[in-house]
Formats: sequence, C-alpha cells, structure tokens
Amino acid sequence: MSDMAPPIDLHASQVRKFNIQDMLFHQVTLVFAFIVLAALAGILISLAIEALPVLKQTGPAFLWTNVWNVPEEQFGALSAIYGTVVTSVIALLIAVPVSFGIALFLTETCPVWLRRPLGTAIELLAGVPSIIYGIWGLFVFAPLFAQHVQPHLQTALGDVPVIGGWFAGPPIGIGILTAGIVLSLMVIPFVASVMRDVFETVPAPLKESAYGVGCTTWEVVVNVVLPYTRVGVIGGIMLGLGRALGETMAVTFVIGNANRIVGSLFAPGTSIASTLANEFGEADPGLHISSLFALGLVLFVITFVVLALSRWLIHRGTVKQGK
Amino acid sequence: MSAPQQTADGDAILEVRDLNFFYGDFRGLTNVSLDIAKSRVTAFIGPSGCGKSTLLRTFNRMYDLYPGQRAEGQINFHGNNLLDRKQDVNLVRAKIGMVFQKPTPFPMTIYENIAFGVRLYEKLPKSEMDDRVEWALRKAAIWEETKDKLQQSGLSLSGGQQQRLCIARTIAVKPEIVLLDEPTSALDPISTAKIEELINELKDDYTIAIVTHNMQQAARISDFTAFMYLGELVEFGKTDTLFIKPREKQTEDYITGRFG
Repeated sequence: MSDMAPPIDLHASQVRKFNIQDMLFHQVTLVFAFIVLAALAGILISLAIEALPVLKQTGPAFLWTNVWNVPEEQFGALSAIYGTVVTSVIALLIAVPVSFGIALFLTETCPVWLRRPLGTAIELLAGVPSIIYGIWGLFVFAPLFAQHVQPHLQTALGDVPVIGGWFAGPPIGIGILTAGIVLSLMVIPFVASVMRDVFETVPAPLKESAYGVGCTTWEVVVNVVLPYTRVGVIGGIMLGLGRALGETMAVTFVIGNANRIVGSLFAPGTSIASTLANEFGEADPGLHISSLFALGLVLFVITFVVLALSRWLIHRGTVKQGK
Repeated sequence: MSAPQQTADGDAILEVRDLNFFYGDFRGLTNVSLDIAKSRVTAFIGPSGCGKSTLLRTFNRMYDLYPGQRAEGQINFHGNNLLDRKQDVNLVRAKIGMVFQKPTPFPMTIYENIAFGVRLYEKLPKSEMDDRVEWALRKAAIWEETKDKLQQSGLSLSGGQQQRLCIARTIAVKPEIVLLDEPTSALDPISTAKIEELINELKDDYTIAIVTHNMQQAARISDFTAFMYLGELVEFGKTDTLFIKPREKQTEDYITGRFG
C-alpha cells in the first residue's frame, strides 16, 4: 500500500501518562484481588473469635463429642459432622456415576438433535432453587421412598452382614439416606455440566487416533478422554462435593434434624448446615451461639481440607502420568 | 472390470469401487474407483478440499464418528466390503491404522502409548510386551531417543518425535495398511526427512496410503499417485508416469504449479 500511516510521535508527557495509567490499572486490579483474600481471612477470623468460648470450654473434644444438649449447655459437633459427611458421600456415590454417564452420552453418543435440549435441561436443573428440592423431597419423594423403596431395601439388604445395619429401623422416609439422595439430585447438574464441558475440550484428532487403533467408545473414554480431562473431572466432582457439604435448605427439610448418630441410614440425623439453619434464629447468646459458630468453623475447615485433598490428588496424578 | 486405472504390479489389498461420500447434502466424493496395491506406497495429491483426506478417512470408517457423514459404494478388503454396516469397525481400524496431521500422543507414558493399542487385542506377558514396545519404537526409528525415558509422558517429546511415536503406536498393533493423513505438514524439514525415510522402510511390511500437500514428497516416496480434484479421481497411476507424462491436462496444470 502506498499511503502509510505517519509514524507515531510519542512525546515524553504522553509516555508518562501511559505509565501512570498502567500503574493505576495494576494497583486497582491488585486491590480487587486482595479483597478476596481479605474476605476469606475476615470470615475465618470472625468465625474463630465467636467460636472461642465453647472451644475454650471443651477443647478439641468439641470435634468428637456426640452430645448436643441445649438446655444443659453441652455441645459437641460429632453428630453434625457425621451427618454432613455421610450425606455428602451418599450424594457423590450416586451423583458421580450418573453425571459421568450423562456427560458421556452428551459428548460421545447423543444424536445431534437431542444434544441441545438435553444440555439446556441439565443447566435448568442446576438453576432450581434448593428450597424447591427441599419441598419436593419432603412432600413427594420421602413418602414414595418410605412406601416403595425402603421396605424393599430392607428385605433385600437387611440381612447382609456389615451393611445390613445401614438399612435397619422404621421406614419413615426422612433421614440420612433421603438427604443423601436429594443432595445427589442437586449435585448431578453441576457435576454433569462440568464433566460435559471438559470432555468437549478433548481434541477430535486425539479421540480419532484412539478410535484409529481400534478402541471402542468406552475404551476411548476410559483411556484417553478421562486421563486427558482428569483435572477438570476432579474439579467438577469437588465442586459437587462442596455444594453437598454446604447445602442447607433441602437437607434441613429431609434429614430429620435429630442430633444423634444412629448406625442406620434410614434414621433421622442432622448436618452442620441444617443445625445452623434450625437453631440460629432462637439461639441464646453465650455457649449456644458460640457452638454454632464453632460448627461453621468446622464446616469451613472440612471444605478447605476437601479442596486441598483434591489439589493433592491432581498433583499426584500428574506425577504418575510422567510429566 | 469396472476400470480401475492401471495398478501394474502387486496385488490390490483395497479395491475401491464407485465410492460416493456425503457430508449431509454435500457430496464430497464422486464415483471414485481405484486399487491400493499391497506393500506399496500410494500417495493422494490435490488442492485443499479435493476430497483426498475424505477418501483416506473412508478406508477405516473414521467418518462413522460423525453423524451426517456417510459413504456409498464398495471398499473391498480381503473380500469384505468395509462399508457394510455389519462390518466390525474396531477390527477394521486395528487392521488399517491411521496417523494424523498433528501428532496426537495419548496422555500417558511413552511405553503406555505403544502398549495401549496392543493390549486391546492381545494379552501379552510383560516381557513380550516389552519386546513389542521396543520393536515398534525401533521400527519407527525412535528407540534410541526414547529408550531411557519410556516412563515419561509422550507429551514430553518434540513434535517430530511425537509423530514417530504415533507411527510406532500405529504399527505396534501390526496393521496391514497404514493411512497417513499429511503426517509431515506440521513438522520441520529434518523431522520430515526422517518420517519419509521411515515410510520407505515400512513399505516392505505394510501397505501405505498417504495424503500429502507436498508434491515433491509424493514424487519422492510413493509408487503410485492419485490426483484428485473437486471430489473426483482425475488421474491415478505409477508415480513416475503421472509426474513425467500426465495423461490429463488438469494433472499437468496442478503438478506444474499452474493452479491449486
């Protein structure tokens, strides 16, 4: 081209202006980033301060004491921790395989015309407010479960050694198992859509090469798609676990809210989040409030440990893969 | 005979007859008929979009993965029509291996990259598997560079090495035919020369079909060349003849660089 743009003439003042802009931008983004850290630290510190009275009284035994007696002011977190962990584990045991299947179907074998409606439906499911899951769980699912599923589970598995005890007791519908199942439904859309998104990042030529040596779809998924997307898949599962651990309303509706530990999954229990939701409103200042804060702190720590564990898993996998 | 153009010496291992290919409503290949000679290198050349890769991808039914793509006609391999719906595609793909334009090592160690495909069809004890991995890596001329780091990720190799790893992985399964889809277009000249040398050595044991954009490459390494244009096979014959005395005007124009 003949008409070239004239060379840019940068005066010292302009350069300085750019420098200032650049520096300002840098500082502002830095501040934004620090807000996150500050909020995190703030939450942690305030939880710790408020929890201090009860922790002073019980010491670390708060974690493994199985008592929650408000009138006597005796507090221990074990039953709530147990309920939180067990319901979350049940939720993941159900949600991970199902989500994996959904994501696989959507990315590998779904007919094109069905792909979009199905994908959208899953995203919509993720948007349903948790209170709706709670109402549905309490009024629709729990009675059906008590009538048509629990008795069969009991006859089928009740006499099996070790796990038989999990299905003992009256089939009343609400309880730990029901909470776990409702949680799994709430977690599935998240895990499934993350898994679908990461499965879609696998380059087509990579999959074609695996098909090219004669793999079936299943072999391609297990040996190529999963290792390639491992970090994302674990991330998706952890996202689901995080949601399950902290889920409040739906669990409060269906878990039964009994501060005790019973071996049976049919029995009512409680979780950290549901205890908080139930008791914060009418808790008296003093030890009761303090123990609720302590429960919050425990939930915070559990979530943090889960996150750290997943990081470590991812890192170990990377080493094993030979990178 | 339905007039596949001359194949001269050697038996045909693949007989393509009246092959038509469709991407939805678009016809990607029109009435292609030719024979791929056993233990020879057959090159496919032509401008972008002429259907050469499409043709290659019908040989192992790779198009099956994509809804809306279909092939009509016949591709006979040991008396079976590969396009037959009843044909087991996984078995076809084990017998007819493929190497792609970009190197695609699997996300696993170098050793596992090779052993993985073998394990799908054979149960080998550890020592035999070790031998097979070494054999394939030697065959693909990459053993010396990888023998001390078999437990490292396949992704740690350079582009050219990755491509040779992919060739090793393909031949480890002991296919009869190896399909190469522009295997050197993402590589530097030195890696390209190595791959070409490799193709030359492999053709004693394998039948090779290669798609290439590089006419010199086709001239250097192939025994037969097919020139395609707009989804049709324009000319097919011995490489020497096609490059020195092309029958068709279009072929001459393309190889002399007048279009394409």
